[in-house]
Amino acid sequence: MKSFKNHLSLIMAIVTILFSLQIFTITERAIDAYESNLKENYSIVVVSEKKIAPKTFQQMHPLIKKSEPIAADHVLKTIKLQMKETNIKLLKTALPKFYRIHLSKFPSPDQIDAITDAIKQHAGVTRVESFENSHNTTYKLLLLFKQVVLVLAVFIFIVTSLLMLKEMRIWQFQHTERMSIMALFGAPVWLRSAVLFRLAVIDALLATLITAIVFIGIVNYGWIESELEVIGIHITIFDLLSDGVTMLILALGLSVFLATMIVLGHKEEV
Amino acid sequence: MDKVIYAYNLSLAYNDRETIINDTSFSVESGSFVFITGASGSGKSTLLKSFYGAIAPKRGDLIVGGVELHNIAPKKLNLLRRHIGIVFQNYRLVNEWTIEKNVMLPLIISGYSKEVSTTQVEKLLRHVKLSHQTGKYPQELSGGEQQRVAMARALSHNPILILADEPTGNLDDYSSQVIWNLLQGANLQLKTTVVVVTHNIPKTLNLEYKHFHLENGVLNEVL
Repeated sequence: MKSFKNHLSLIMAIVTILFSLQIFTITERAIDAYESNLKENYSIVVVSEKKIAPKTFQQMHPLIKKSEPIAADHVLKTIKLQMKETNIKLLKTALPKFYRIHLSKFPSPDQIDAITDAIKQHAGVTRVESFENSHNTTYKLLLLFKQVVLVLAVFIFIVTSLLMLKEMRIWQFQHTERMSIMALFGAPVWLRSAVLFRLAVIDALLATLITAIVFIGIVNYGWIESELEVIGIHITIFDLLSDGVTMLILALGLSVFLATMIVLGHKEEV
Repeated sequence: MDKVIYAYNLSLAYNDRETIINDTSFSVESGSFVFITGASGSGKSTLLKSFYGAIAPKRGDLIVGGVELHNIAPKKLNLLRRHIGIVFQNYRLVNEWTIEKNVMLPLIISGYSKEVSTTQVEKLLRHVKLSHQTGKYPQELSGGEQQRVAMARALSHNPILILADEPTGNLDDYSSQVIWNLLQGANLQLKTTVVVVTHNIPKTLNLEYKHFHLENGVLNEVL
């Protein structure tokens, strides 16, 4: 029980840090997924008198991922009944070519202008529709999301740093006396520090385990996932393999860093 | 007789301005029991600290257990400390360890096997009459009991020298007597050299001892 109490302060600090990291990761994943959704749904429509090959579009701007012709058949279908077959054929050849351009990422307003200009320079292009107004509103919303996440990240960093500083003081208090006593009986530095590093590794493992259990619980409960699905976002809340390993590396890194700082900061008693 | 501690023109200082021990020479023979007395702040504890290398000589020679302490390398100092047992006024036990582990500490450091260490700790805890408290933590014991644990720890690795800094300073008469008996026993039975820094020399001791008095930074033998 006493031993558990000694471990608890560091475990709780690491759990807080790991929890914050995972929340930040989830938020980032959600924004990335949202941005990806926007990118998938967003396209530029190009009207051209001449046929343009997909490769030609890709050469116009690096952001252009692919292009697809918009079939005029469904437009012609509505007027088909009132026209003769020969007239329909004639109209079909006279109609300009329509293309839908897909981009490799969701563009900024400046990038849209650049893409529009690049396409317009091509001979035969008569019109480029980028749906600028609705795009700009969405883009600004996304930018706001990203800034909120950035503020959150800075806040987490500050809180984490303060937690680590506090923890370092607690550790210094807890371990300096034992290390001094061990030194008085001739323990070499590695032996004095061994206890500290063993504790650090055990605490990091326990903290990772606790945080992983909490997130597995969250995943099983399914609340966050269902909330995100409402806005069409499907993301992994917690992946035991990749997120678990990241957490373990961070936890081990932090606690071993703390232990190293204490060992380096330990002065021989006089 | 071999000298366990030999000091020649020894000066000690915490900084360059304030010299605490000034040009003093003395020696402590192997197997002897030595008291160092002096007024509060006279430098008794500082002198004792110099014997286990916690403070380096400013000038002069200091040889403990045949090891010169001036500019001693950390590795060499660690080896020397494995032959010294130290007892403090405030016990200085590791609070998060059981008393068994506290007593075992010097044995672990000296590299004894677990089997040997366990046997030795059991023997010593029986000797200091604490074998029934093995699994307890220091804070669960009285001051007298904690000091007995500290004594057992100081004796566990069969040191050549025991250094005790006001070992009974925080204890009642009964507990003090127990500690003096343990120190006396170590000296008489194990032939361990004992150096005790204290305000008062107990009258109940039944052994021959040497008495040094520290005044104005100089150590003089009281005859």
